Amino acid sequence: MSGPSDYQPSHPALKWFEQRLPIIGLVHSSFVAYPTPRNLNYWWTFGAILSMMLGVQILTGVILAMHYTPHADLAFKSVELIVRDVNYGWLLRNMHACGASMFFLAVYIHMFRGLYYGSYKAPREVLWILGVIIYLLMMATGFMGYVLPWGQMSFWGATVITNLFSAVPYFGESIVTLLWGGYSVGNPTLNRFFALHYLLPFLIAGVVVLHVWALHVAGQNNPAGVEPKTEKDMVPFTPYATIKDFFGVTCFLIFYSWFIFYMPNYLGEADNYIPANPAVTPAHIVPEWYYLPFYAILRSIPNKLAGVVAMFAAIIVLVFLPWLDSAKTRSNKYRPLGKQFFWIFFIVCIGLGYLGAQPPEGVYVVLGRILTVLYFAYFLIVLPLLARIETPRPLPNSIADDVLAKSGRKAAPMVSAVIALVAAVSLLAGGMGDARASEGQENPPSAKWSFAGPFGTFDRGAVQRGLKVYKEVCSNCHSLQYVAFRNLAEPGGPGYTPAQAAAFAAEYKVKDGPNDAGDMFERPGRPADYFPSPFPNEQAARAANGGAAPPDLSLIAKARSYKRGFPWFIIDFFTQFQEQGPNYINALLQGYEDNPPHGVTIPEGSYYNKYFPGHAIKMPKPISDGQVTYDDGSPTTVAQYAHDVATFLMWTAEPHMEARKRLGYQVFIFLIIFAGLMYFTKKRVWAAAH
Amino acid sequence: MTASTADHPTRRDFLFVATGATAAVGGVAALWPFISQMNPDASTIAAGAPIEVDLTPVAEGQDIKVFWRGKPIYISHRTKKQVEEVRAVPVSSLIDPATDQSRTKDGHEQWLVVIGICTHLGCIPIAHEGNYDGFFCPCHGSQYDASGRVRQGPAPLNLPVPPYQFVSDTKIQIG
Repeated sequence: MSGPSDYQPSHPALKWFEQRLPIIGLVHSSFVAYPTPRNLNYWWTFGAILSMMLGVQILTGVILAMHYTPHADLAFKSVELIVRDVNYGWLLRNMHACGASMFFLAVYIHMFRGLYYGSYKAPREVLWILGVIIYLLMMATGFMGYVLPWGQMSFWGATVITNLFSAVPYFGESIVTLLWGGYSVGNPTLNRFFALHYLLPFLIAGVVVLHVWALHVAGQNNPAGVEPKTEKDMVPFTPYATIKDFFGVTCFLIFYSWFIFYMPNYLGEADNYIPANPAVTPAHIVPEWYYLPFYAILRSIPNKLAGVVAMFAAIIVLVFLPWLDSAKTRSNKYRPLGKQFFWIFFIVCIGLGYLGAQPPEGVYVVLGRILTVLYFAYFLIVLPLLARIETPRPLPNSIADDVLAKSGRKAAPMVSAVIALVAAVSLLAGGMGDARASEGQENPPSAKWSFAGPFGTFDRGAVQRGLKVYKEVCSNCHSLQYVAFRNLAEPGGPGYTPAQAAAFAAEYKVKDGPNDAGDMFERPGRPADYFPSPFPNEQAARAANGGAAPPDLSLIAKARSYKRGFPWFIIDFFTQFQEQGPNYINALLQGYEDNPPHGVTIPEGSYYNKYFPGHAIKMPKPISDGQVTYDDGSPTTVAQYAHDVATFLMWTAEPHMEARKRLGYQVFIFLIIFAGLMYFTKKRVWAAAH
Repeated sequence: MTASTADHPTRRDFLFVATGATAAVGGVAALWPFISQMNPDASTIAAGAPIEVDLTPVAEGQDIKVFWRGKPIYISHRTKKQVEEVRAVPVSSLIDPATDQSRTKDGHEQWLVVIGICTHLGCIPIAHEGNYDGFFCPCHGSQYDASGRVRQGPAPLNLPVPPYQFVSDTKIQIG
């Protein structure tokens, strides 16, 4: 990597080492003395943010791999055990899962920045292409990572995406079989995806080195898009760029932490908390939000092969961008038409993302086709044409001139761009919310929950009452297999003492064995035991319940959700609303009606429930007023039972919720103080440069 | 400039030091979850709860091996001869001096309960072997007597006695 290095080790030992391996000099010339344009704005800090995210993903990923089991029968459970039992496992998992989204968000900003300021133009073509390669590797890595929890979305995402390759003429089926290692997605698929998911990030890191190398050969582009001429145009990387990058990283961490600690499932799918089931496809298959624009392109083309080709072409076209856009002016700041088309293209991408989350029917299909055409038109028609017809505005003479001209006014464009970005992201997220909705359904009313909001805690009494209702009513059909009796005595739960939990466990008979004679036997439960299942296996559960196996309730509060709709999904992000699951449980238990509304027929053996998707539920009304006695004087009504059970099941779904919110509060105080300090430090450092 | 700031601490220095210190504190605190996750998880700890062992099937002169926290525990029903032998040995002559009384429970001196892991490098000694009617470690030749005390190196220490108590005359709780 280039750059004039004035590094002269003074210590004889360092001198000795440096003569044999000049690595300190390399680091010094690349990250200390390296000259960087003085007019870079905060969009340029996303390079550092991406480096940090790659580091965070590799670090948390390696740690998760220490606790994860890549086996079709055990993967889902091992992920739950990470979250429930491993010290700070919930934190590491949230960091990794939300980290993937943050990584993609940052890479999209980074790419749009390159697009806007023409960073792909000569002499930075190779730098840009390396970036496209990194992006492709990231997509593959993200996809395979999403498969590993082995939930419903994992499984069906893997099925749909691998089936893309079946579009290949003649060899399609063979390729898909090869990818699967079987006749369907199964254990061999999961195993190889795990291995590759572990491998690819290191390949990304390798290409990142090349990317940075190429960057340091060509030098950074800058908002003015003019090449540096004199030393006055540049500042040394350290401390100027370093401190600015650190400030950018800190601000990004605040945003990232909002997801880790307060909205860990906001960008995820409730369906992925249901274990993979090869027999049932979820009603709406939606990829992670970062693939949605390409998914929309795939679906908007009615021919299988053409759709797949178009989807891949949408990414590959980026490789040719340096030659498609032959305009001499780099930065869109000086391209009046280019700027307008850039923003149109930006809206097209967001629109495609929104459509990717919608059901492929009606107006969405038409819109998808229009936007797909516009997407390709931008690269293949607009950019080549603009290069010929557009008259750019005059460029500043030098970077120093650009800085002087700018020092008079504030960075308003940056602010408006940030607002546009936030709106765009929430639209995408909301689009996802739309997709998991079931049509023609009334949403459960929002109940008041003690655990809602940033400082929410569980109402101990409600959790204890909910446990009692579960034990006396629900547990006759529903298992609770991820909850152990010891959990009842853990902090943040129902608040029992270890002795009470042990006594509770002893009331259960647990199957153990084999003993010395080789026989299985029953013994009283111990705190380490898990709640026993009411049925020995799924077939028995099915047979006893009219063909519908009662789902396990451990995760039900996270595995059920409903459409929030516009503008709620945006407001939800700020109010931290994530109580769809408890609302649904609460409403479902109260949603039974003896007589279905006029015109609705319920099949034999099913019951009408206002809030059950499709209304015909196999579970009869499970509880009625006065069925369970309460010792604390709470009303023994269905409404109270429903509220208590929903509270209890929220706790079973996330036993460490209180710890998550508490740590989040501490992290936020720290990050806000630190960001303030960084801001003033950055100002001090840059005072010398302005 | 560098020299002058070093001579006279300024607000600039204070700001830089405060920022640096905050970053250092945050960095160190952020390390903790990454280290803490290596410790046994809650299910492993719960599985390490005390176990009960019924001693009735173990005849005199026999021993059984049970597992507690993943460690083999030898429970030996020693013969009178063995007990007399190990109690007759002068304690001062031992590598790791300890009386047999201190390694067994009063009134249950026929029962020896030891963690069957050689204190040399963690192999499992074989019971009823070696020159001392006790345990012999096949890995590096350490020998223990019927009280689990090391009598011949390279092991430096006696086989450790796990925490246990007699729940009744024929049942012990380990842990």
